[in-house]
Amino acid sequence: MSEGTTTPPLRPPAPAPAQPGPRRGHIPLFGPLLALLALLLFNIFFTPNFLTAQTLNVNLTQVATTVIVGVGMTLVIATAGIDLSVGALMAIAGALAPMLFLNPPLGSPGLGVALAFVLPVLAAGAFGLFNGMLVTRFMIQPFIATLVLFIAGRGIAQVLTNGQLQTFSNKSFQVIGLGRPFGIPVQVILMLVVVALFTWVMARTVFGRQILAVGGNERAARLSGVPVNRVKLAVYGISGLLSGIAGLIVISINSSSDANQVGLNMELDAIAAVAVGGTALTGGRATIVGTLLGALIIQLIRYSLLARGVPDAAALVVKAGIILLAVYVQRQRR
Amino acid sequence: MSLAQSPPTGTSVRNARMVSALQRYGVLIALGLLILFGTLRYENFLSPYNVTTVLAYNSMFGLIALGMAFVIITGGIDLSVGSVAAFASVVAALLSPHGLWVALIGAVGAAALLGLINGAIIAYLKILPFITTLAMLLAARGLALMLSGNQSVSADYDHGFTTLGQGTIFGVPYIAVLLFVAFAIGAVVLRYTRFGRRVLAIGGNEEASRLMGLPVERTLLSVYTLSGALAGLAGVILASQFGAGQPTEGLGWELTAIAAVVVGGTLLTGGMGSIGSTLVGVLLLGVIFNVLNFENGRGTISLTVYWQSVIRGAFLLLVVILQNRLTRSRTAP
Repeated sequence: MSEGTTTPPLRPPAPAPAQPGPRRGHIPLFGPLLALLALLLFNIFFTPNFLTAQTLNVNLTQVATTVIVGVGMTLVIATAGIDLSVGALMAIAGALAPMLFLNPPLGSPGLGVALAFVLPVLAAGAFGLFNGMLVTRFMIQPFIATLVLFIAGRGIAQVLTNGQLQTFSNKSFQVIGLGRPFGIPVQVILMLVVVALFTWVMARTVFGRQILAVGGNERAARLSGVPVNRVKLAVYGISGLLSGIAGLIVISINSSSDANQVGLNMELDAIAAVAVGGTALTGGRATIVGTLLGALIIQLIRYSLLARGVPDAAALVVKAGIILLAVYVQRQRR
Repeated sequence: MSLAQSPPTGTSVRNARMVSALQRYGVLIALGLLILFGTLRYENFLSPYNVTTVLAYNSMFGLIALGMAFVIITGGIDLSVGSVAAFASVVAALLSPHGLWVALIGAVGAAALLGLINGAIIAYLKILPFITTLAMLLAARGLALMLSGNQSVSADYDHGFTTLGQGTIFGVPYIAVLLFVAFAIGAVVLRYTRFGRRVLAIGGNEEASRLMGLPVERTLLSVYTLSGALAGLAGVILASQFGAGQPTEGLGWELTAIAAVVVGGTLLTGGMGSIGSTLVGVLLLGVIFNVLNFENGRGTISLTVYWQSVIRGAFLLLVVILQNRLTRSRTAP
């Protein structure tokens, strides 16, 4: 509560907390790596058939969407924001795509598929920009601003599809979820590309430094000439785009699009991945690779539970516990 | 941005107060106009059946909004209310063969416990309220699904459990009476008790409250427990009204509650708020959907049920934007 999200407007501005100099931007990945190793070893010894290509594939394909969305979430959280709408944006992209390739414009199936890859992602990106606009221009707290689409976004997806399940079988579209070049699932390749790209962005580009500056101390960033509003708009836009891509992956794996289900609880998975990976929820620090590790850890915990016959509902409770634990550990480290 | 950067002054305090008051009257006038519109346009709008149906249906949202108002006045938020209500509806349905009181006390108690856990994590572990309660949203849903075996649980009809949700006194549903009584108590508590003062003080400035020696942690604990208990009560009403515990119900209820609280002039940043206007906010939202239903019935518009969440979202958005514009004060990210 003393952390800023709830700072009343009437309170005099508190002096900015001093940034720890040498650790700025640098996050030890030791903890997450150790946890991941421990989980891997546990499963290798105690889960039958764990070390098979199939198990590896199952886990990686399941984690890919969380990682892709988690990367966008990492950027948003690095600016001291949050994006609760990611799951709903996945549902919107997932609702739009089948409409395009099932009723291709100009009767050209090729064009329909091409548009189905592009337009839904752009639409999700536009909704992301809308979030960003609420946060920057209207100065609404990020969690309230994105709470609007968290609920209304899924509603929009349901209105678009009239709540109907859209089923389909379209080889060229479903490449994004079912394609296996060299035996590697396409979404895993996408995931690695996204992780590599944004690791580079955060480490080597001005934009990356600006994101950290905005999250570290917004006033100072503004005074030193960082275009704070543009940076924030961009991160929410990117989060939207990445959610859109994740939405397409989910529906092509399922061969169907259900506006009630696509991306459900994704915001929690993504936030958990970010927190477990070591990015502070208070902003100013970010690690993309950490988010990848965080998502893998959560996926492995879920897999370990399911492999032991723990019901999915109980796994939800465990996941809630992990999120809180990770955030708590974060707080202690500061 | 220059406005955002200006340091808070006495003017902005007065400004916020004025906006809060303005909004309180504004929402009351809006409700009055909407009811007038409905009365003139639809024959059965003020019929006892329609009025009691609207009140009965909105009693669940009202109770949740009451708890949410206290939480928001402390500067926090409770996103878990919808799934806590669903959890409580399952507990109540499971306990319903033992009679209404056992089910009521058991379910409200279980939900209050979840609220207590929220409060403990927020107050003592200092984790942000929206993260904590988002995690609880997940956990409570998981618990509800586990207890119910992933399906809705029929409530027992023979031992009086459904009286609460379906019974009436002089034609007024019990739950509507319950709603008004709860809000009356809530208003008195916020205004005239030490606890109410503390809630307002903490929302105004948590640090200063602590320095003044107020029991900040204990108050936060109570506020989130209260929110959990009221969500639990809403869950019991859900099970009692519809005769089943529904583990997947309650989606988006937090948004309705937050919208009702905010439209009533309570600032999302805490420290200021009104219980009475929260009730007006709940009724305004309820009447808006009632009017839309009437229009749907007339065929002027045809909105599917899926529009509900879009409209709720748009409503919240509008209110928050208006409030931010009017107060012209910076809300920290």
